[in-house]
Amino acid sequence: MEYFFEILLGGLTRGSIYALIALGYTMVYGIIGLINFAHGEVYMIGAFTALIAASVLTLMGWNQVAIIVIASVVAVIYSSCYGFTIEKLAYKPLRRAPRLSALISAIGMSLFLQNYVLLAQTSNFLPFPNLIPEFEFLKPYQHMISSSEIVIIGTTAVVMVLLGIMIKCTKIGKAMRATAQDRDMAMLVGIDVNRVISVTFVVGSATAALGGVLVASHVGQINFYMGFIVGIKAFVAAVLGGIGSIPGAVLGGLVLGWTESFFTGYVSSDYEDVFAFLFLVFILIFRPAGILGRSETEKV
Amino acid sequence: MVEELLNRFAQFSIYKSSFNNVMGTILEVKNLAMDFGGLRALDNLDLDVKNGEIVALIGPNGSGKTTFFNCVTGIYTPTEGDIRDSQHGKNRRLSSINGLRPNLVTKKGLARTFQNIRLFSNMSVLENVMIGRHCRTRSGIAGAVFRNRATKEEEQKIVDDSYEVLKKIGLADYVNELAVNLPYGAQRRLEIARAMATEPFMLLLDEPAAGMNIRETKELDELILRIRENEGISILMIEHDMKLVMSLSDRIYVMDYGRKIADGTPEQIKNDPVVIKAYLGKEPDA
Amino acid sequence: MTNLKEIQRSLLVSLWFMFLTFPIMVIRVNPLEKVVIWRWYNMLYVGIGSFLLSFVWRYFIRQKELGKKKNETDGQKSFSLSRRAVDDPRAYIPLLSAVACFTIAFPFIFSMYQTNIMITVLIYVMLGLGLNIVVGLAGLLDLGYVAFYAVGAYTYALLNFHYGLGFWTVLPIGAALGALFGILLGFPVLRLRGDYLAIVTLGFGEIIRLILENWNEFSQGPSGIANISKPGFFGIHLSLQNSTIYIYFIMVGLTLFTILVVNRLQNSRIGRAWIALREDEVACQAMGIDKRKTKLTAFALGATWAGMAGVVFAAKTTFINPASFTILESIVILCIVVLGGMGSITGVIAGALVLILLPEYLRAFSEYRLLIFGTMLVIMMVFRPGGIIENVRRTYEFELKEGKELKNED
Repeated sequence: MEYFFEILLGGLTRGSIYALIALGYTMVYGIIGLINFAHGEVYMIGAFTALIAASVLTLMGWNQVAIIVIASVVAVIYSSCYGFTIEKLAYKPLRRAPRLSALISAIGMSLFLQNYVLLAQTSNFLPFPNLIPEFEFLKPYQHMISSSEIVIIGTTAVVMVLLGIMIKCTKIGKAMRATAQDRDMAMLVGIDVNRVISVTFVVGSATAALGGVLVASHVGQINFYMGFIVGIKAFVAAVLGGIGSIPGAVLGGLVLGWTESFFTGYVSSDYEDVFAFLFLVFILIFRPAGILGRSETEKV
Repeated sequence: MVEELLNRFAQFSIYKSSFNNVMGTILEVKNLAMDFGGLRALDNLDLDVKNGEIVALIGPNGSGKTTFFNCVTGIYTPTEGDIRDSQHGKNRRLSSINGLRPNLVTKKGLARTFQNIRLFSNMSVLENVMIGRHCRTRSGIAGAVFRNRATKEEEQKIVDDSYEVLKKIGLADYVNELAVNLPYGAQRRLEIARAMATEPFMLLLDEPAAGMNIRETKELDELILRIRENEGISILMIEHDMKLVMSLSDRIYVMDYGRKIADGTPEQIKNDPVVIKAYLGKEPDA
Repeated sequence: MTNLKEIQRSLLVSLWFMFLTFPIMVIRVNPLEKVVIWRWYNMLYVGIGSFLLSFVWRYFIRQKELGKKKNETDGQKSFSLSRRAVDDPRAYIPLLSAVACFTIAFPFIFSMYQTNIMITVLIYVMLGLGLNIVVGLAGLLDLGYVAFYAVGAYTYALLNFHYGLGFWTVLPIGAALGALFGILLGFPVLRLRGDYLAIVTLGFGEIIRLILENWNEFSQGPSGIANISKPGFFGIHLSLQNSTIYIYFIMVGLTLFTILVVNRLQNSRIGRAWIALREDEVACQAMGIDKRKTKLTAFALGATWAGMAGVVFAAKTTFINPASFTILESIVILCIVVLGGMGSITGVIAGALVLILLPEYLRAFSEYRLLIFGTMLVIMMVFRPGGIIENVRRTYEFELKEGKELKNED
């Protein structure tokens, strides 16, 4: 029974990570109808910038709390800037081009970013400091759940709620929904579509960076390739939940996280990734609209 | 349960009646309904087209005309109802085409054009028409690789037939032009040519005159008549140009909010108070 | 005035990129030894580079927009000219014969090392031509293409290892298995739209690789299969050098065969259906083309070549392991097709030559190979989606036939 709960909690953490990254996918997909293949790379860059910032600050002798805060903020800012630039360079010129062109461009961007980090930094795994201190109140449950896991789950929940509020209640959220429904019409009623798309990329990238920092700190090491598989799985999660839907992304992430954990926990850990991909194929065949479907109000 | 049985019985009797009344009915739609989520886009729609007729489908924007076309041509599967057509080239017995895939509907002899032109932009004009010949030809992979005589002859025939169609539609001058480079009116006609190449017994034209100037519209008017006279193809068209509709059609169906609100000859429609009301209280300028 | 503005814009771009690349390019940390290396010179490079490149970028964007407008007004005069040049027998016959002579003489002039590289190039030409059917003609973005290559390679390796079957026996088997797997992948993805298709095919490729890596009893896992026999030459044992030359000529033959078949396919009834499918799926179906059948044939025929190329690859290297069949390989093949020109046979050949030979001969290039490939994909899509050899394919051969045809009519 205890094993069961361990897996349940492990799945929850894993699912929250997928969910956090899936949020970015789902927002971008909702608004320009494109899989942002480079999203996983933005996540990776977030982790790298955080590591670099943290290392520099540590050498300068700052205290732990300041390092955590500043490194996270730097990662979020930089990743957002990367997201913004990626959109301007690789996607904006292709708005009116066939879908195939935009997709190939996205793959190119992803390949570029991976190798950019590989060449400028290193191909080795880098150890990542555990930024999140152990919480006192968790001591009795330490064998079940660590504080970094709690933080990951909590952050995902908070980010989801904030994004939901942003899309439902703010002016830019409304503009996003309008742009997602009909870009030309949105333009005609005076919405600055370019700005809306940029904002979407910036926000999506910021969530990816948060995910990058938290995961890196949880796992304890980073690598230029870390964004690839996680990115794909987050995409699976987004599709599973119903792409374009914010709660869908989270739900999809959790479902994928749990099924994966139970699969590896009870069946086989060798075929973990095979399982995720098979899962995707089955969703797309039997329920292409995802669990929460594509209801228009939630589409972003 | 009882209701279902009654429904079955009703359908059966419809079938019986249509069977007795086949005298030339080539498309018969009964009780058609289409839902999108909670939205009913088509409701209880009946329509029929007889052999050699030109029938127009009119109605305000968003009244479900194109949805109706999509149901008939298999792009949507209707939620309820029944669509039957007479078998192409055989005895005129009606058979159901409900939920048939679009390519099979076309193969049965119902070909369509699109409201927003959907040509194969980067293929030449002739190639566009040759695609129309696809479902009437059959050479396969082996034929393509070995280029045996049958394949070569078939290929030649595709080219000849397509060129014939282009000549009929008046596009022979453009043969090697890319479709995307054609003038607008010619693109609309190329859509008709492409549909004609599938050897239909009935053409479904979705706003064929949209965006055309007066001269082009007049040419289209003549072209449609010619298609009916020379090829014996019946026509069902959606059109907003009332002048064209009134001059061409034998009968007109008027739709509003997914329902049929009137049908009859152009004269009857012109004076129908329900139709006039649907068009914002104004009499159509005919 | 405008120049000043341009410079100002470029300066801003340059500052932006200096800021953007600052942490990754300038700072390098070593958390183990707790050292930080500052590489300020990189910032300078980035600044200057992005300053200059932003001019080029804007220039090309403007050109592209101009080109669009021009195309709208004066149709496609230039197309016909370039087509005529390729059509003209006086132009292409001497060229073709020169290429043929060079190809035949190649292994006797150059070293075995060079010949081996050339074999690799030819394998990639074959892979590119196969993927070209799927991506270039039918417009289906297949990111798991390498799976079929792996299927071919493992077919030969395993059949050779267990049953001692020879190269020529396995070649058709590999092709058939490739096609079979193509159909296997094709079925579930029939209803998927472009972007989902990309992800699912990518997943499929990874599934195949992961199975090969984990199923030790079947594929000997990550350590791979060694000592695969080279193709036999009527039972005569060939020296290493001769067998390389032999494989080279096998590959030349297979490539010619591929070119012939692909060329015939793309100008056939089926090829047209593929292109129509790429241009507009809805209209294509409405014109009576069976979408499922057309997609499946595209997947199957594309995969066939990958299967064959895999068999040759296994025979050439005599050792294979799952590491040769990563997603990266799929992307390299995609690069070849995209750079060369989607849908163009000559383009794919040119693409394979450039992308495989350059990293092979320029060591500096090889380090940055994937970086450049990534950049290339973006730039090609933005500025020249048709590839370096564009439009040649589209209708010229067809037009030729047409020309004759019309004369007959008259």
